[in-house]
Parts: sequence; C-alpha cells; structure tokens
Amino acid sequence: MTVPGKATTRLERSAAVTGIGQSAVGRRLNVDPLALTADACLAAIEDAGLRREDIDGLSTYPGSMPTPAGFSGAGITEVQEMLRLKLNWFCGGPELPGQLGSVVNAVMAVATGLAKHVLCFRTVWESTAQGGGGRQGIGSGGGGRFRASGFMQWTLPYGAASAAVWIAMMAKRHFHEFGTTREQMAWIALNARRNAGLNPNAVYRDPMSMDDYMAARMISSPFCLYDCDVPVDGSTAIIVSSVDAAKDLRKPPLVVEAVGTAVHGRPSWDQWDDLTTMALRDAGAMLWQRTDLTPADVDCAQLYDGFSFITLAWLEALGFCGKGESGPFVAGGSRIALDGEVPVNTHGGQLSGGRLHGYGFLHEAATQLWREGGDRQVAGEPRVAVAAAGGGPLGGCLLLRRD
Amino acid sequence: MTKPSRLLPLVTPENEHYWQGGARDELCFLCCQDCSHYVHPPAPLCPECLSRKLAPRAVSGRAVVHTFTVNHQPWIPGFDPPYVVAIVEIEEQPSLRLTTNVKNCAIEDVSIGMPVQVCFEDLGDGVFLPLFEPRA
Ligand SMILES: [Zn+2]
Repeated sequence: MTVPGKATTRLERSAAVTGIGQSAVGRRLNVDPLALTADACLAAIEDAGLRREDIDGLSTYPGSMPTPAGFSGAGITEVQEMLRLKLNWFCGGPELPGQLGSVVNAVMAVATGLAKHVLCFRTVWESTAQGGGGRQGIGSGGGGRFRASGFMQWTLPYGAASAAVWIAMMAKRHFHEFGTTREQMAWIALNARRNAGLNPNAVYRDPMSMDDYMAARMISSPFCLYDCDVPVDGSTAIIVSSVDAAKDLRKPPLVVEAVGTAVHGRPSWDQWDDLTTMALRDAGAMLWQRTDLTPADVDCAQLYDGFSFITLAWLEALGFCGKGESGPFVAGGSRIALDGEVPVNTHGGQLSGGRLHGYGFLHEAATQLWREGGDRQVAGEPRVAVAAAGGGPLGGCLLLRRD
Repeated sequence: MTKPSRLLPLVTPENEHYWQGGARDELCFLCCQDCSHYVHPPAPLCPECLSRKLAPRAVSGRAVVHTFTVNHQPWIPGFDPPYVVAIVEIEEQPSLRLTTNVKNCAIEDVSIGMPVQVCFEDLGDGVFLPLFEPRA
C-alpha cells in the first residue's frame, strides 16, 4: 500500500481560515433552512471583515440533496442566488473525504488562485424535518414498493438501517480486539456534556453522570442513546482566504498547516479492511506527513462524534494515543478535559452541542485559536488546533496554525 | 413468531446470483475465472487481476462472525428489535464479508469468532435472503 510521501510543497499553507459564523442551533426551530444559512454566511463574512462582494468562491457539503430529510438544508445554487454572489469557483457534493472535504476543496481553490475568499457552509435541519418521530432509518419512508439498491441493498434487508448499526459493529470489534469498555467510551459523551455546560449555544447542557450514561437505553450495542449525536437545525459557515488576501482582515489568519484526505481501504461500511480504524487511519496519517508539527503540538482537538466511538478512532488515527489505546486514554476524562493534555470537543461536540455535521468542529477549532471560547476557552494561548470529521469510509482533517 | 417485515433488495442481472441462489440452497458470489478471487459486492472486473471473466460460484456457506451488534432501535416498521446484525467472514476467503443477521440462537449467545452456517429466508419476489445460524 502506498502512502503519500513527505510533502515538499505544501500549498495548503497559502490558505487560511479568516472568519466563522453560525446560525441559531436548536431542536425543531421551524425556520427556513435557507434563512439559517443566510445567518451563518453573513456572520462569517462580517467576522472576517469582508463584504459580500469580496466572496468569489462557494463550497459546501453535501450540496442540494432531497433525502434523507433535512440532511441538506441548502445547496450552492440557492446560496449563490440568495446572496447574488459573483463566483469564480464553486463546488458542492457528497463524494468527499468527509464533510470537511468541502473546506479542503476551498483551500485548494484558494491555493491555486481560482478564488480569493471562499465561503464554505453546511446547513442541517434534521430536527425539524424528522419531526417528533425521532431518528429515522434509511428507507423507512419508502413504502411497500421500495427496493434497496447500491450499498443499501446489503444492509437494509437485515434491518441495518442506520450508521448507528454499522458503526456499532466497528466499536464492538474494537472492544473485542483491545478490551475497550463502555465505561471508557462513556468519557467521550461525559466530556462533551461537561464542555457543553460551558457553551451557551450547546443544545444539551444539563450535567450527565456515568450513572446516567449507563442507565440510558441501548440503541445498537455497544451504543446507548448518549453515544449518538442529536439531530438539530443549524448552519455553520467558514471563510477560507488566500494568506495574501488575509493580511489586512479583521482577525489573525489561521493558516491551514496541513490537511489529510487519504482513503486507501475499500470505501465501504462493511468491507473496510480494519473496522477498528475506519478510513480515519489514512486521513490522519497523511496529515502528519504534510507537516513538521506533531500531535504534541496540538492545543485542542475537535474530533467528529456522530457516534462516540468515532472520536476514539480519530484519537488513534491522529496519533494522540497508540492503536487500540483510546479506551484507557480517555478513561476518567482528565486527558481530554479542557485543562488536559489534549482538550477534545471543547464546545460539546455533536453529542451535546448538536449535529452540525462536521463543520461545528472546524468552527470550534477557530473559536479556540481566536480565544473566543468564553467559559470554555482553553487556557494559555492555543496556537495549533486540529479539526477532523467523518467516520466509516469517509474522513478528512485539517490542522490550523495561528502564528 | 411472525417473520419480520423486511425491506427487499432490487434484483438486477448483476446481483441475481446472490439474491436468488438460496432457491437452490446455495450462497453464491462472483468468482474470477483467472485467479479464483471471490468478488463481493458484484463488480464488472476482478479487483485482484482485472480479469473480466467473472462467474457465480457457490461457497460452502460456512462463515465466522467478524463483529456484530444487538440492535434495539426500531428503524423499520414491522421489523421489530431486538435483533442481531453481524458482519461474517466466509470461510473460502478472508476478505469475503457480508452484513447479515444471526438467527436460531439466543441473542446473548452470539459472539465474535462464532462459527456460523448460511440459511435462507424466502422473501417472495424471487429473493432468498442469506442469513446465518450457529454451526453444529
Ligand atoms: Zn482475478
């Protein structure tokens, strides 16, 4: 298996995050998702000190998509039309190295000079769209004539109708090979809730104890309710600018030090070679091949937690602990706490902050590097943060640096 | 016990060997005629040697549970939890895996490494779902 060589030119460093914005985030907001998108985008443009006329690139994940309900709250065309943007470059789609692959696209567009300031956004309104019925299984609205095709044909007839089921099997394999326990994995959820308590924008802020976690109903073993993120409505926007154009903006640019986009295994939820690592293994390894920084330099890590186990896998993929060692690493919750050796999901993640689907992690990485975290601000003067999103056969990550 | 109300796969010329082999009690996969590699899910060529000479071949139906989960969440109306979803590895080739259900045993008796054997459920419409049960 080939791995990308140590990069000699690292074009991602000619791009920087220069502004962030977020709409209201909540359960069943019953607001037009395009309006939420407008809130996030205009906030990000203002945050960067730009004007709407300065935006010449637009990027999103997964692009316009009618199903699953609420999965995509806005696409490229709607946002361009709404803001009447004059675009030199744009891209929206789902076939990317994770949700943040759309930000990596923006980085490349800026690095190659196709655009100067790219507005990246991700909007979800799964909470409103799913109504009171709870998290839906894929294909559940299909009716009697529904027939599963593509990958779904291999899972839906078996009642494996959600990533919860697919990723639960990956977690179970990790438990089997390395002795990981629910009590250890619980700390991803408990740490998230602890941090959410300090974040006024988080959805679930009441304290959660280990007893609460262990008493929660099972979804798909070893996942209980608190191992699964919470569907919300909300939009997040990120501005990626060329470093040259970033110099005169409002905030210190957060240079994209490195990105990880590799997927070397079979891109499948059940055929992936090592289910305990998922695709995160390849993206994480690539990231460190493109920088002289090391995991020890990271001041905070914002790691996808669509399901708690995914954060464990990212901790291993990014080398914060050894392969198979994430359970003991997070046990007790002190290493990953706000004052720990690597503060993780300082905003509450998707487990307690709400399922903003990847973009929330990059938003929080920037928030911490700009030292705007308020009560949840990591102490000292954080300079390096990693944001990682995706699970299963999809994963991508970015390392941000503030000089 | 009534059978669960399952969602059906769309049967096509590419996958019919898999969904219809159960009519003959056979678990079939595409197999490369040049290098004997089993290819699943079905593809137009062999990923090992790039040969296009692929034909369905029946395997023993013996497998081992690679991993599993006990699902408790009702995802599909009429398909009631709890039930075991597993990824099993077919004896003939270590990388030959499929997602399935383990049945005909107590849920708490399912374990990783457990030897299992294929059995089929006739879903109608010519679809025979490969399921697995403990091997004696
Ligand atoms: Zn071959």
